[in-house]
Formats: sequence, structure tokens, C-alpha cells
Amino acid sequence: MKKGLASSKERARPQAPLWAFGVLIAVLIVLYLPIIVMMVNSVLVKTDTWHFGFDWYLQIWNDEELVDALVRSLEVGLISSTVATLISGMAAIALLRSRFRWAHIVNSLSYLSLILPELVFALALLSWFFVLKIQLSLMTVIFAHVTFSLSFVLMTVNGRLATLDVSIEDAARDLGASEMTILRRVIVPAVLAALASGFLLSFLLSFDDFLITFYTSGVGSDTLPIRLYTAMKVGLNAKLSALATLMFLLTFTLIMGLTKMRGLRQILTEEGH
Amino acid sequence: MKRKPPPAPTLISNELAWFGYPLLLWLMFFMAAPLFLVIALGFFSRGEYGGVEAQLTLENFHRLFDPVYFTIFVRSITLSLVTALICLALSYPMAWAMASASQKWRLYFTVGLAIPFMTNLIIRVYAIKLCVGMDGPLQSLLTWLHISFDPYQISQNQTLVFYGMITSYLPFMVFPIYAALEKFDFSLVEAAEDLGASQLKVLFSVILPNTRTAAVNSFTLVFVPCLGEFVIPDLLGGAKTMLAGNLITEQFLKARDWPFGAALSLGLMTVLLVLPYLLRRIFIPKAKAAA
Repeated sequence: MKKGLASSKERARPQAPLWAFGVLIAVLIVLYLPIIVMMVNSVLVKTDTWHFGFDWYLQIWNDEELVDALVRSLEVGLISSTVATLISGMAAIALLRSRFRWAHIVNSLSYLSLILPELVFALALLSWFFVLKIQLSLMTVIFAHVTFSLSFVLMTVNGRLATLDVSIEDAARDLGASEMTILRRVIVPAVLAALASGFLLSFLLSFDDFLITFYTSGVGSDTLPIRLYTAMKVGLNAKLSALATLMFLLTFTLIMGLTKMRGLRQILTEEGH
Repeated sequence: MKRKPPPAPTLISNELAWFGYPLLLWLMFFMAAPLFLVIALGFFSRGEYGGVEAQLTLENFHRLFDPVYFTIFVRSITLSLVTALICLALSYPMAWAMASASQKWRLYFTVGLAIPFMTNLIIRVYAIKLCVGMDGPLQSLLTWLHISFDPYQISQNQTLVFYGMITSYLPFMVFPIYAALEKFDFSLVEAAEDLGASQLKVLFSVILPNTRTAAVNSFTLVFVPCLGEFVIPDLLGGAKTMLAGNLITEQFLKARDWPFGAALSLGLMTVLLVLPYLLRRIFIPKAKAAA
């Protein structure tokens, strides 16, 4: 019964029963099995017999449409996360370091964007662009991606600013620093890491988004997930597996980067509480 | 990871307050305005060629109760509720195991669950389709075992939709419950065990009641995206299992009946607001006092 007492540093936690670990491991296997099958499929080439090779990856590289879609995905991701990081980073400072008059509206709108079903947001934007007679293009996709990234960046930067010791800023103020100097020399360096993880997180969200892009993209502005979806409707082949594997690996790398920055863990474990 | 309450700044300046305006304006223009538009759209009528006519009507909302559409709604709600329940049943053992693992393993488990969760839904659905599709491992295995099957039935069905939904939204449930269990005082478990409670008894009488806020909240976190899901039923379900998300997308992108599509999404939003509210009222008696 007391077998679960961990090392003296940690709080005592009775060991969960073995079957609980069984469930956890089983779920992890079920989650990863299809992805592994997909990866294996992407490196198997059939000539006379099956053998290992990167032929499918070469085919992607030679497929101009796919490369174009990749470039568009990266473009949308980079632009939208830069804009989102800038806007939300500034807003976080205004919210926590000044008396911003509309603070409650900003807070409720950004909360709303977290709980609003993607589908409703997507069709709302589509109708809005239609009413304003804005032609759907890569630009509308970028507008949409900025909008859904904003609250994630705001959350990340807010989290950092809230724990930042204000006495440093007060000290700087006492020593005669102007607000701009405090911003430049104290606040920005302190939240730089949070801004970076906010940026990575929005890039990840943008790169992975399907539904909102599906609704807001026009002719010739489809991103990689849209390509994959359209191709999948026709049929599956090893080339698509290679494409999906590449996208998975990119996401994987980004997540590893985020985990190093602790930003992701913070968001994942503190979001729902 | 515990947050200290922020110490109040002694001298606050308003020089930086304008920093908040870009976000305010952006959210008003790309978030609030479009949502108001959808609400308004629901009361307009459909134009002859798929446009929108400025004629006010309640017809769209009336059509929501047409048995054809109503059935789809009921089916979606049932499916989302069942998905959330299965997730709940899986999450407790998982979160309990995670919370009682060593610090190093806690991190591995968290990242291990986060990676598929953050991976593009399309990629995950693609991988599932690959496993059950033509020449995929499942069909090859069945052929090898000489079990006869219908290749179309096996690559698109309701079970696959469940599988896709559960694997996609399970982390929404596991992470909050894990966070709650992290803070949970496990000496209560020891006390219960000392008094002779079985493991199941411990789970249902000690752990579950003490973490019910997290359970109800994460139930909502799973239920909401499930009900609006479009991709999973579209790619894994086939034509027979149309859900609310597909119906709405069809109205917007294919039938081009935007007012009815808007009315449908308002119906969806109503369900999304009312059901979680009821759950809170029923399962968290204190929520009334706190709110």
C-alpha cells in the first residue's frame, strides 16, 4: 500500500493501480500506431520486392503544386504569427501594466475566441468577408489565422507578465526611467521568451489549421492541409503518406521547441483548470 | 508552476494604455462583427440564386425542427455525449497513472500525449484511413485470417468516427483532470485504503467527487469541438453518418443557403451553451453560489 511513496523531495503519492498504467500505455499505443503505419508506408517502395527508399519524398519535391502549397502554408504561418505576436504582446502589456479602459471587452472577446467552435468562427468570417465584398484569397486566410492565434499569444504573455516582479519596474521608475525606457530595458527582455513561445504556438496552430482555411481560402490559395484533404478524397497513396509524414515531423520539431520553452506545458496544464 | 498573485504596481502609468487598441480593434472587426452578422443572417431569407435577401423571417428557425434536420442534431448530440463519456472513463485512470508517475515520466507522458494532439487533424485522419483502407494492414490481416469483410463498410463507418473523435479530443480531458489530480491531496486515498476501501471504491468515492469541477469542465471541452466537428465524420463516416458540422458546412459551401446555415449554427451554439450549463448546475452544486 505504501509502495508508491516517491523520493523524499516529492510529495507522497500512492501508486496508481497497474491497470491504470495499462490504460495509459494502451491509449498511447493506439494514438501512435496509425502514425507509425503511415511513416512505414512512406518509406516503402515496391519495385520487384518491397524495399526501403526515399523515392516518394523525391516525388513530392518534384511536384510543383505541392511545393507551392508548402510555401503558402509557411507564408501564412509566418505572417500571421508575427502579426498576432505583435498585437497580443502589446495588448498584454497594456492590460497588465496600465489602466486600459476596454480591458474587460478585450478579455471577454479573447475568452470567446477560445470557446467558440471553429466551425462557427469559420462561417462567420466567410459571411463577413462576403458582406464586405472582400475577395477570398491568401490575405483572408491570414486575417483568419491572426484572429484565432491572438488569444493564445495573449494567454502566454499574460502568464509571464503576471509573475514578473513589479518592484524592478518601480525601481527603474524611481531612478528616473521613462515609461518607454522601462518597456525597452525591463519589460520586453523579460517577456521575450513568452513572446517566442507565443509565436511558435501560433505558427503551429496556423500550420495545422484545416477547417478555418477551408472556409476562408479562395481559388489558388490552398495550404498543405487543404491539399492533403482534397487529395485524400480521391484516394490514398504512398506519396501522400510521405507528405503527411513530413508535416508530422515539422509539427513534432515545433512541439519539441515549445516544450523546451515550458510554454506549451504551462498552457496545456493550466488551460482547463 | 504555482502562480503568485501579482503584486500591485505601486505607480501605474497610462502611457502604455494605447498598446491595447490594436487587439481591441482587431477582435471587434474580425470576431465580434462577424458573429453579430451570423446572428442577423439567421433572420434573413435566402435569395433566389443562393444570395441573401433583406427580408426578415423566422422560417429558418422553424426549419430547425423539421425531422430531417432535427434527427441530425439529435444524432450529433448523442454521439458527442457518448464520446465525452468514453473520454471521461479513459481519462481518470490515465491521469491517475500520470500523476503518480515519477517527475521524469510525467513529462514523457505529457509530451507523448501532446504530440498527436497538436498534430494536424487531417494527418491523423489520413493515418487512420491508411490503416483501415484498401491494402492497409487491417484489411490485409483480415484477408490473411480468411475473415470475409466488406472493404467499403470497413473503411467508413460510425465506429471509426468514434475512434477518430476519441483519439482527437481525449487530451482535452486528460490534461485538466491530470492538473486537478496533481493538486489533489493523496493522503485521502491512503486514508480510504487504510479503512479498507477497494481501488474502485477509492476512484468513485474519493477521487471522483473531489475533482468533479475539472471533470465537468473538461467534459465541456470535449463536447464542444465534437459537436461542431466536420472533418472526422466527413472523412471517416461516409454518407450515412451526417452530423451537425457536415450539415452546416453543406448549407454554406454547397447548397449556399446561408440564412439557414446561420440558423443551424445558432441552434448549435444554443446546445453548446445550455448543455454545459446544465451539467454544471447538476454536478457542481457550489457553482451556483460562486457564480
